[in-house]
Amino acid sequence: MRIPILRLGNILLTSLPPDITDEHAERLQSDILERLDQTAVVGVILDITALDVVDSYMARILAETAQMTRLMGSEVVITGMNPLVAVTLIEMGRELTGVTTALTLEQGVASLKHQIAARDGDPPEDPVDECG
Amino acid sequence: MSAGDDRRDVVAIEASEDIIRARRSGRDIARSLDFSLADQTRLATAISEIARNALHYGGGGRCEILGHRAGVQREITIIISDAGPGIPDVAQAMIPGFSTGHSLGMGIPGARKLMDRLDIESRVGRTMVVMTMVRRFTT
Repeated sequence: MRIPILRLGNILLTSLPPDITDEHAERLQSDILERLDQTAVVGVILDITALDVVDSYMARILAETAQMTRLMGSEVVITGMNPLVAVTLIEMGRELTGVTTALTLEQGVASLKHQIAARDGDPPEDPVDECG
Repeated sequence: MSAGDDRRDVVAIEASEDIIRARRSGRDIARSLDFSLADQTRLATAISEIARNALHYGGGGRCEILGHRAGVQREITIIISDAGPGIPDVAQAMIPGFSTGHSLGMGIPGARKLMDRLDIESRVGRTMVVMTMVRRFTT
């Protein structure tokens, strides 16, 4: 099983399936990097709505993917974290430091656009964009 | 359900799918004992951490999940064992950030924070981690 990576304009979007195995998570990580290399992408959204467990291993994969993507010149936003997953990560002392998160996919896209604009030094042109 | 109504499951840990199987079983038993969603998530995460250690460091093992209900008290015990090389320094393995390999060092201290109790017994050829979560339901 290969986890699909969708392209939405210049953004890559992928949704992690529930009960994703270590191997699938690692393959997804390399698939994302490969796609970044091939396409003129400026941002990546990792949607983790379906994950009801994020242990330190998955947290590391997510943080690493974000770092690698940034190193490749794109921005990353993780969306849809289950509140109980957030509580558990904090209790474990495993915050996703350095990773931008957003509650919903919509907010994630808005946040990515902002990050990209800020990085490129453009002032956000349309303040009444969907980010509100 | 009557007092002393116990539940038990054993999952062999031989591949990464088994980590998922073990934590799902833990969650199911926690749910059947009316543990909160937050506690179900803590338990499933702790199982995931320790079962992964058993797989990666111990070369596989087994995860036993015991659910016990006695009056207002509900208790879940997780016993994860493997026949690997053992943890050389158990005290050190409990310290956050310490790791012998690849950032898996978060596993034990992380799981310990999520559970009420975590004990390790380890020697060459036999490592056993026992974790418990106890709750009281007064209503």
